[in-house]
Amino acid sequence: MERLTFDLATQPLRELNTFLHNDAKDGKARHVTVLNPDGAHNIAVGLDCPVEVEIVGHAGYYAGGMNKAASVTITGSAGTGVAENMMSGKVHVKGFASNGAGASAHGGLLVIDGDAGLRCGISLKGGNIVVGGSVGSFSAFMAQAGRMVICGDAGDALGDSLYEAVLYVKGNVKSLGADAQYEPMTDEDIAAVASLLDQAGLDHDPKAFRRIASKRSLYHWNADANQEY
Amino acid sequence: MCGIVGLLVKTPALREKLGELMVPMLIGMTERGPDSAGLAVFGNPLAENQRKISVYSGLTEDGADFNWLGLSHELKSHLGVPVGIEIKGNHAVLTFDVAPAIVKRWIAEHHPKLHILSTGHSIDLYKDIGTPAEVAARYDFSKLTGSHLVGHTRMATESAVTPDRAHPFTAGEDFCLVHNGSLSNPNGIRRMLEPRGIHFETDNDTEAACRFLEWRLREGDDLETALQKGFEELDGFFTFLMGTPDKLALIRDPFACKPAVVAETDDYVAIASEFRSLAHLPGIKHATVFEPAPEEMYVWNA
Repeated sequence: MERLTFDLATQPLRELNTFLHNDAKDGKARHVTVLNPDGAHNIAVGLDCPVEVEIVGHAGYYAGGMNKAASVTITGSAGTGVAENMMSGKVHVKGFASNGAGASAHGGLLVIDGDAGLRCGISLKGGNIVVGGSVGSFSAFMAQAGRMVICGDAGDALGDSLYEAVLYVKGNVKSLGADAQYEPMTDEDIAAVASLLDQAGLDHDPKAFRRIASKRSLYHWNADANQEY
Repeated sequence: MCGIVGLLVKTPALREKLGELMVPMLIGMTERGPDSAGLAVFGNPLAENQRKISVYSGLTEDGADFNWLGLSHELKSHLGVPVGIEIKGNHAVLTFDVAPAIVKRWIAEHHPKLHILSTGHSIDLYKDIGTPAEVAARYDFSKLTGSHLVGHTRMATESAVTPDRAHPFTAGEDFCLVHNGSLSNPNGIRRMLEPRGIHFETDNDTEAACRFLEWRLREGDDLETALQKGFEELDGFFTFLMGTPDKLALIRDPFACKPAVVAETDDYVAIASEFRSLAHLPGIKHATVFEPAPEEMYVWNA
């Protein structure tokens, strides 16, 4: 069967996730539509095969969490921790996303057409995140690897204690976090932003973005800093 | 954890359905708060000289068999004025046209185990231990009418699971507050308020926030000013939802540690900790759904 529909108004979530973990992996469906998600938690978590899942409506916490290889689209909004710890594949939120979107994602691409809440991309470990709207405070906190493209504004303390992840912001940044700094955009950066915007299906001028990366001054303990950073 | 829900109907016809629309919202928050539940509902105000109090008898020896009619007769003969009474098991709403302090003092002297839940012109308040479904059934929440309400499902973290520590909390008249989160300075707030003659009934952190904000309102602050002072004085994690006779108000702490989502249509504004409590509402698929920002004030007029 090429396409299949699950209606969470009548079918238990566990049935859907079991199908996605077992039958979809065995090739029994390439495309799964999920109706009436109604804010349920853990929809399409832990997928590890290249199935396409379309969630029609608003998803609850951790939708598409731990995703590997699958492509998950949410037509509405996503609750806390969408695509957290994603390994590969793609998660696309057409509405807004709540706090902790893409937290600690190791790979893959998270696209949020609307705004993202606080702590978007916290502890990012190699995934890419493209946000069409704005991100809340403390986004990319301690982000270690990967890239974030923010088409709107950012809240307070963007990129606090950043490691080697790189952030690109088009709008206003309320404040940078400790050890984050603006850096010049190189041709490589412009190409990277252009590629990510293209993958996200968003139309912005890549040259309009600013690059933020780590000063690396927190990499080594400074006994003279007196807790002032 | 804990779950909060709020509903304000804009279409007058929906006032009759307020409770019916809200019960699934409350039950939807069971996983966030399975140990107690409660709500405050605001309806048509009484005449200026009248007041009503919601009273809970669950802590008395007779519990739900409490002799409410006997109480109303005693009150009538003591006060010499008519006392209206509506009884739902361990809960009753008493209506009278004397100063509420007189009634409350008499109740405290003669029935010290009765717990006064709320006082005012417009507010009725229910709260008890049990799952949200059990509490909703106990008090026929689905039959409640009114313009707006504030509800809560509790998973206790800061104080014991008892009916008086369930939410909503009230202070003064026609003001209530529900809380998802935990405050880190409730005792400091208490130490500031108690010398001003403000009396606390429990050791619950939410009560400190409730009494602080009601104190500011009573001192003449408008709601927005009081909430601004709340941001300055209240430390910790919170999503607060508050009700007054003509308003619902929502604020979240600067870290937005506790969730909230709002759905608005031409007919209603609905607030919940999570969307799953809003999913059943009529016209939800076309509602404007958004997440309230931290440190912003959201105030809706009834």
